[in-house]
Formats: sequence, structure tokens, C-alpha cells
Amino acid sequence: MTERPVSQGQLIWRRFRRHKLGTLGGIVIVLLTMLTLFAHFISPYDYATQHRRFAFAPPTKIHFFDKDGRLSWPFVYGLSRERDPRGRWIYRENTDQVYHIKFFVKGDPYRLFWLIPTDIHLFGTGERDPNSPGQIFLFGTDDVGRDLFSRTLIGGWVSLSIGPLALAISLTLAIFFGGISGYFGGGWDNLIQRMIEVLNSFPGLPLLLALAAILPPGLPPAISFLLIIMILSILGWGGTARALRGLFLVLREQEFALAAKAMGASNARIIFKHLLPNTLSYIIVSATLGIPGLILAEASLSFLGFGIRDPMTSWGQLLNQFTDSTITNLTYHPWLMIPGFFIIIAVLAFNFMGDALRDATDPFSVQGR
Amino acid sequence: MLSYIVRRLVYMIPTLFVISIVAFFVVQLAPGDFLTKYKLNERISQETLQNIAKHLGLEKPCEPLEWQWSGCAERYWRWLRGILFSSESTDPATGQQWQVWSINTQFPFVHWNPDFGFSFETNQPVSTLFWERLPLTLLVTIPTFLFAWLISLPLGIYAATRQYSLGDTVFTILGFAGLSIPNFFLALVLMYWLVVSLTPTLCGWGWQFFCPGNPGASVGGLFVQEHMGGSPWPWDWSLRKWLDYLWHLWPAVLVIGGSSIAGLMRIMRGQMLDILGSQYIMTARAKGLSERVVIYKHALRNALNVMISIFGQSLPGLIGGALITAIVLNFPTVERLFYDALRAYDDYLVQTLLMFFAILLLLGNLLADILLAWVDPRIRYD
Repeated sequence: MTERPVSQGQLIWRRFRRHKLGTLGGIVIVLLTMLTLFAHFISPYDYATQHRRFAFAPPTKIHFFDKDGRLSWPFVYGLSRERDPRGRWIYRENTDQVYHIKFFVKGDPYRLFWLIPTDIHLFGTGERDPNSPGQIFLFGTDDVGRDLFSRTLIGGWVSLSIGPLALAISLTLAIFFGGISGYFGGGWDNLIQRMIEVLNSFPGLPLLLALAAILPPGLPPAISFLLIIMILSILGWGGTARALRGLFLVLREQEFALAAKAMGASNARIIFKHLLPNTLSYIIVSATLGIPGLILAEASLSFLGFGIRDPMTSWGQLLNQFTDSTITNLTYHPWLMIPGFFIIIAVLAFNFMGDALRDATDPFSVQGR
Repeated sequence: MLSYIVRRLVYMIPTLFVISIVAFFVVQLAPGDFLTKYKLNERISQETLQNIAKHLGLEKPCEPLEWQWSGCAERYWRWLRGILFSSESTDPATGQQWQVWSINTQFPFVHWNPDFGFSFETNQPVSTLFWERLPLTLLVTIPTFLFAWLISLPLGIYAATRQYSLGDTVFTILGFAGLSIPNFFLALVLMYWLVVSLTPTLCGWGWQFFCPGNPGASVGGLFVQEHMGGSPWPWDWSLRKWLDYLWHLWPAVLVIGGSSIAGLMRIMRGQMLDILGSQYIMTARAKGLSERVVIYKHALRNALNVMISIFGQSLPGLIGGALITAIVLNFPTVERLFYDALRAYDDYLVQTLLMFFAILLLLGNLLADILLAWVDPRIRYD
């Protein structure tokens, strides 16, 4: 039996697969991405629907046994509320009202993948009135009665997309400036390095906050989302550019680069065809390891109220309610913390995957380990 | 060595100049200025508005986003002049002169009282606010710093000398978790546990300190109401205030310190592993030296070099991490001041604090280089 030759890509893939936590991280990322892509479909409500009568309702219990203890199709009891002596709303289950959970029910209209208009949701009670007692809030509701589960799924869209988008821009900047700096050297190199030094002489977070605070609160959500991506990437390209400069400095002196030059290849061709592919593994790894930092940065910004603002939402923004009346919210509405666990899971997954990728792309790692 | 330090300090001057310009323009990028807010207030007369504009050089516009630069140089110069030469701050609205709160009252033996401008939100000179907050900031930052380093170094050594053991794996996973949990979220979770579970339980056991009305029952803030005023220096405190402080401090130390422990431990472990694999360690073992001598006298000393350069760099990182935690825990520190200033568009305060954070970074780097030269005889800067 002849053994087929293995490409570098397959080798990397094999080594990656061997890294169990890394593979798990990859799977979790795919799952989270699916959840976010199908967010409108999976979530029982539109993320902006306000159930005014159910502000700060705790997570709804799903029952599998009816009042007499018999196994039943999963259902929820109707929700009723009354005020406690301090004027807070207390929610109770009304065991007389039973709402069975239905799959593929009609609900708030939405556009699947922002294209196809429909109103079918994966599950729900089928009650169209936002104030009907038969509601299903898997993660509870916020101060105006918006379903936290739906908001968390939608919020993932911003939280998960901001990393790759900001990285795409900052990597482009890093490749451009790092490439020029390393390949041409001389005056440009000097200028670019001084630029990076000034950029690095500011501590990241305070400068990030100050820049984000400039954005006027009235901006359309899409614009402010783009601007935040711009700010994150403009502040983030320095380190990668430095590393790429180092790589280019080494690579441009190597025989294959000299040969290409001797054959009369243009600078652009040498950079993009000969040098850049050699830095690819570094770029991929630094990208994967850069994403968690960006997710955390966005979460921190939005948490403090300088990032994504209210009509739009992200996991950090959902936690923003805790910046005011922290103790009250923690004591009486602890379910508002749930989106935070999504941040942790996403960041952990990216960290594990990046770690595995780094090991897998390292050509010096021992085979068969 | 001395000449090196002096040289570095001199090089810092142009850098600081550039930093101050950047800090100034970041703030100016925001549309409008505080006068816009004043103009909406009907109780402020035209005359006062003109006074303010005249005093701060606001007659000409400085809107970099709209490409109007004519007033920028003037405003920047006024701010810089105050820092360099003035020791009085003028309330631009009333023309009232404020003696800038001298640093001497806060930090004995230092005689320098520059004017960083005026905070419009609080109607106080920026320097007063800043010096007021600095002692408490140090009281939070220094214990955190000590905690993080005293824990992470031994853990790193432990993990490296027992690579792939159970302990190593546990610390690795904990380290990853520590890097992946946002600081503010960890603070929230900790506060939740304190409020909902820990203090009621301790009170239930009959510990009066933790019952409602006593310092132990309050979560968030650095002191309860009764201890908020008074001297910021710990040697003036009563025992009760000390307890109050320690009780409020430890969540912050755990959150801010915890996140840096994760990173520091990983680096320390990596460094130790690199060095333990080198040949001179093999030689040391072959000579029959005890494992303790090999690890602590031969390996550790070289592994510490990298840690020392990180030591300096982590100084500003700690402020970054402390920023959000201080806001969540509601600590009256410089970071909190920065956050409030940002929310209120308090121009001079934001500018000054940005400068402060940048200076801290520069000093951290300098400190790292000096320490490195001091510890490692192979490094010469002359």
C-alpha cells in the first residue's frame, strides 16, 4: 500500500485534532455561531418586544409533570404578579393556567438571515399578546420586560462578529505597515516604528474608553458599531505590525526571496506571493489569540456604556444594567448576569482554539506526540 | 547607571510632550465643548459665558473633525502653561482664584503644585480632585500588586518543576479561566455571593460586624459612610476603619490580582521550563547539587529576568484592570474619577488623567529597565 503524501495543511489539521481542548473550543465556537446566525428563529420573541407587565420577571420554569404528578408534554404555568410590602413586583405561577410549549409557532415577525421575512419561531407558547400570562422567558426579563434569552442570542451577533471584523481591519493595517517597515526598511521603517511607539505609550483601556466616549449618543446603531470596530482596530495593530516586521526582515534575506528578486519580480509580487504566505501561520494564530481580547474589550466598553448602546445589544451591553444600582440588581434580579457566562464561554473557546492552533502550526513540534 | 537614568528621564520629556498633545486632541475630538452645556443653562449670564470663553481661549473654534483648527493651539498652550508654571486655578465662570490643593498636604516632602485645569462638573480644580483620589488608589493598587506577584511566582515555579502533574494541569486550567473571565463579571459574581450568601451567613453565626448597619454588611465602596471622610493615610486610622478597609478591599484584590495571576503564572512557568532544560542545569545536577539549590540558585535567578521586565510593564496594566473593577465595586479611586469625567465630558479632567495613565506606563518601563540592570550583572547601559 502506498502512502499518500501529506500536505502542510493536513499536517496542521492532524496536530490540531490531537489537541482535545482545542477541538472542543472549535466545536463550541461553531455552536455559538449557529445559535447567533439562527438567533431570530431560535428566540421565542423579538429582542425589542417589551412585555410591560413582566418587567424583571425571573426565568420561567418549564414543567414536565402536571399538578397531579403525571408526566406531561412540557408546559409553563401562567404568570401573575403582585407587589410585596416594599413595592417590588413578585411573580407567581398560576397553576390554573397551563400553556403547553409548542414548536414552530407563529410569533413576532423577523427576517431570517436579515433576508427572508417570516414569523415562525422554534418554540413558544403561541400567545401573540405580549401581556398574556402564558410567556416563556428562559433567562428572565429586563427592566422593561424584554426577554433576556432572545436578547442574549441577538447580542451574540455583535459580540462574536466584532472580533473577526476588527481583526480583519487591524491585520490589514499590520500587514501593510509591518510589511513596508520590514521589507523596505530605512526612513519608512523609522517613521512607522515611532508611530507604533506613540500608540503603545498609551495604556489601552483608558484611551479606548476616551475614544469611545467621543461618539455622540445619538448615532445610528450601525454607524456606532462600525466606529467602535474602527477604534478597536486602530488601537490594536501595533503589536502585530512589529512582529510581522521582524518576520519580513528575516524572510527578505532568504534565498528564495533573493532568487525572486534576481528573476526580476516586482516588490509587490515578492511581498504578496513569496513573503506573506510564509507569515500565514503566524497571522492565523495571532488572529485566533487576538479575538478573545477583542471580545473582552467590546464587552468592557459596552458594559461601561461607551460601546454598543441600547437599541442594539451585545453581551456586554446586556450587563450594563449593573453599572447602576448594582446591589439591588444582584440581590433581586441575579438572572441578568446570564449573558456574562456567554462571554466567558466564547472567550475560553477562542483561547483554547488559538492555543491548539499555535501548537499545530509550530513546525518544530514533535510529530506523533 | 545614574547617567543612564538621567538620560532616560530627559528622553521622556519629548515623549510626554507628544502624549500631552494626543491626550488634548482625543478630548477635543468630541463635538462641542462644555460651553455648549453652559449655554443651555438659563441661569448663566452672557457675561459669564464670555468670561469663560475668554479665559479658556474658546473664542476661536477647535473642532478637528470639522477641520477647524484655529483655536486649538491657544487652548493647548493655556492648558500646558498651567501645568508648567501656575500654581493657582481660576474658576473661569466667576474668575475666582483657587489655590491649587498643594501636593504637600497629601504627599509630604514633595513640593510641586501644577494647575491641570478646572473641572466643570465638580467646580473644583482638577489637581485637587486628583490628589484627593491618589492615596486611596495606591491603597488599592499596592496590596493588589503584592498579592498578584507573591502568589503567581511560587505557583509558576511549582507548576514548572512538576510539569504535567495534577497540580500543573489544575493551575493551567484555572489560569485559562482567569484570563477568560472579564474582570467586571468576576466582580459581579463575587459581589453576588457576598450579598446573597456570605454576609447573611456570617451574621447568622452571631458576628455583629457582618450584620446590617455594620461595615461588614456593606458591599461596594471602600468605606462605609462613617469612615468616608478623615485622613486618607492608613496610619491615622482607627481599628474599626482598618477592618472596614480590609473587608472592602479583598474582593478587589482577588478580582484584579486574580486576572494578572493567570498571565504571570503562565509566563513564570514557561521561563522556568526553558531554563530547566538548559545545559548548565544538567551540569549543576551532575555535580550532585541538591534540587533546592539547582532550582532556586541556578534556575530561578535567570528565570526572574523576564519577570522583572514584565513587572514594570504590568504597573499600567494593573490600572487598566482596576479601571473596570473599581467602577463595579464603586471605589473612590482615580480610575473611577476618569470614568465619571468621561461620562460628563469633563475635558480637563479626562486630559489630565489620560496623561497620568501614560506617565505611569513610561515610569513602569523605566523601572523595569533599571531593575533589570540592577539584578542582572550582564546588562550594562553605559
